[in-house]
Amino acid sequence: MARAVSNRTKGVNTAIAGALGFLMFFPILWILFLAFKTEEDAIRAPLEVLFGSGWTMESFATVQARSDYFKHFSNSVIISLGSTFLGLLVAIPAAWSMAFVPSKHTRNVLMWMLSTKMLPPVGVLVPIYLIFRDLELLDSRFGLTIVLMLINLPIIIWMLYTYFKEIPGEILEAARMDGATLRAEILYVLTPMAIPGMASTVLLNIILAWNEAFWTINLTASNAAPLTQFITSYSSPEGLFYAKLSAASVMAIAPILIMGWFSQKQLVRGLTFGAVK
Amino acid sequence: MPTKHTLLSTAVGVGIAALASTAVAEEITIATVNNADMIVMQKLAPQWEEATGNTINWVVLEENVLRQRTTQDIATGGGSFDIMFIGAYETPIWGANGWLTSLNDFGDDPDYDLEDIFQLVRNGLSADGNLYAVPLYSETSFTFYRTDLFEKAGIAAPTEQITYTEFAEMAAKLHDPDNGVFGTCQRGKAGWGENMAFVGTMANAFGARWFDMDWNPQLDSPEWNAAITYYVDLMNNSGPPGATANGHNENRALFKDGKCATWVDATSAANDVRNPATSNVADVTDFFQAPKQETDKGTGWFWSWALAIPASSQKADTAKDFLKWATSKEYFQMVGDTEGWVAVPSGTRASIHEDPRLLEAAPFAETIKNAIFSVDPADPTRDPVPYTGVQFVAIPEFQGIGNYVGQQVAAALAGQVTVEQALANGQQFAVREMTKAGYIK
Repeated sequence: MARAVSNRTKGVNTAIAGALGFLMFFPILWILFLAFKTEEDAIRAPLEVLFGSGWTMESFATVQARSDYFKHFSNSVIISLGSTFLGLLVAIPAAWSMAFVPSKHTRNVLMWMLSTKMLPPVGVLVPIYLIFRDLELLDSRFGLTIVLMLINLPIIIWMLYTYFKEIPGEILEAARMDGATLRAEILYVLTPMAIPGMASTVLLNIILAWNEAFWTINLTASNAAPLTQFITSYSSPEGLFYAKLSAASVMAIAPILIMGWFSQKQLVRGLTFGAVK
Repeated sequence: MPTKHTLLSTAVGVGIAALASTAVAEEITIATVNNADMIVMQKLAPQWEEATGNTINWVVLEENVLRQRTTQDIATGGGSFDIMFIGAYETPIWGANGWLTSLNDFGDDPDYDLEDIFQLVRNGLSADGNLYAVPLYSETSFTFYRTDLFEKAGIAAPTEQITYTEFAEMAAKLHDPDNGVFGTCQRGKAGWGENMAFVGTMANAFGARWFDMDWNPQLDSPEWNAAITYYVDLMNNSGPPGATANGHNENRALFKDGKCATWVDATSAANDVRNPATSNVADVTDFFQAPKQETDKGTGWFWSWALAIPASSQKADTAKDFLKWATSKEYFQMVGDTEGWVAVPSGTRASIHEDPRLLEAAPFAETIKNAIFSVDPADPTRDPVPYTGVQFVAIPEFQGIGNYVGQQVAAALAGQVTVEQALANGQQFAVREMTKAGYIK
């Protein structure tokens, strides 16, 4: 039953939520403003930035001229999609087995997987760097795809496990009684029911892989460098390059922002899947 | 109709040509920072690429990321980079570790004229008598000041090196926060390359040193106490609010915007501050030596950004060819011709510093050269020390110690701890680190 809320309370709540939302979005909005300014205008007082200076695309042109945006962009696409796809290949059977055929160690295995996320990545940087050096995987898209798949795998498995647990086991049993093989059970019975959850898992992992900066910067040089390295190349110790840095940031986050915008319904639906019974 | 032999010889010929072109044209990867001089180099590098047929992959990173990334690659022999842009701190340490390719053979090339590069700079980029990097530019620190504000306040511009006590009096007179002008802007952001660059040279002036001849840390000495007390008082009395957030960039922006009457910082910022296109105070800025106090030794820092080749590079010959091109007399002249002589990197070659075109475009170039020549990284302090380096100590442990002490100094500036407590903490940390590293028992 819906709780009665007065119009005044609604108004106050909306105003607070709006203010908080604006506060969280403000840094991105400011980056957007600075991206369309000259370097000289970008370091002026905030009000002058907004009202006392002109707008220009100069920074975008300079960034594109100095860096190969499309090379970095394609690396980001390949690495984020590749790691998510590979992750799903491993995670779907793993989550299925833990959700529907649990053993007495399932809980421990799940907790162990999650615990790997608690280790600071820098703790394993040198060993992984040495392994990559010996396998000649440094600065390769394949190597980076594998690493990102592995670091995001616990999250993928956990998310899928949670969604699969919401699906009644009786439906799968019924499919089995009708003679469905394991492959058919996963493909034709489980997957369609778990689509919202899987979609949000895919979207979230693409976003995580797209924004991952530690490994992508440390394991690449030029050939496999994605957009995270593209941004850092405009962060400067001497001289200020706020406008170019902002333009580079806008170019780097725009694709994922647009993807998130169009898929937000799916994302929210998946993330709240099973929240209401 | 071609004979079998003709076909065979053609195929062999094409094969040899293909092999030869593969051997000649190589792709090198350069790791660098995003500063004005390197941007110019990236702009001009296609000329080298066209002339040699080689190509360059630029990996541009923020300074701290670059340091961490190149250290990790070079220490593990990763071989990701053929050329690295490194500083005067890393070069002797990495060179002594055998991580860098020796560039001694540059001295055999008369066209390159290695002797033309200032001896002081070459010394700073050498270890055990071997040259491991060639400089793009070198810098020391001096005082930027506003001629108009000095005139208005009736202060005569110093012609000799003044003391920090006199400097504090000047700053107090010039301090006018109601009109948006602070007496002095100095680095407050924590870090061995940030606040400790200024604080380190100031400590030298007060007679302090990082270690005694037996590598015992000296942060609990009266000299350090006097220096940090002075620094905190100076910034509280005549500095901008929230100075702990201000590093080189922030102070440079404040100074260029007319908010600071004085600023002791890198000579390499002079071109930018005196450039009317990028600075509001270009016409009213001049320079004098960084102040002294108990001693005039080590009162201006020494730093050089240079290009080096990791020992793990498989393309050392091509990398050397690029290094010669990028630090040659012709390169600096090319920068002058294309970017303007005011943009020519300073503090590297004697012939460039004597070029009338540079002296005309940047009359302060002579001041910079004299300031650089006044520095001696091998004898940086009043009392003898076992290390080289003016604002840093050229040992691997210094980064950690310098950063920690920088944080403590910033905490003292913010009023979170007393000067005594900050230095006591720094001393304790330094003793622990130096004991762990085996310098002291």
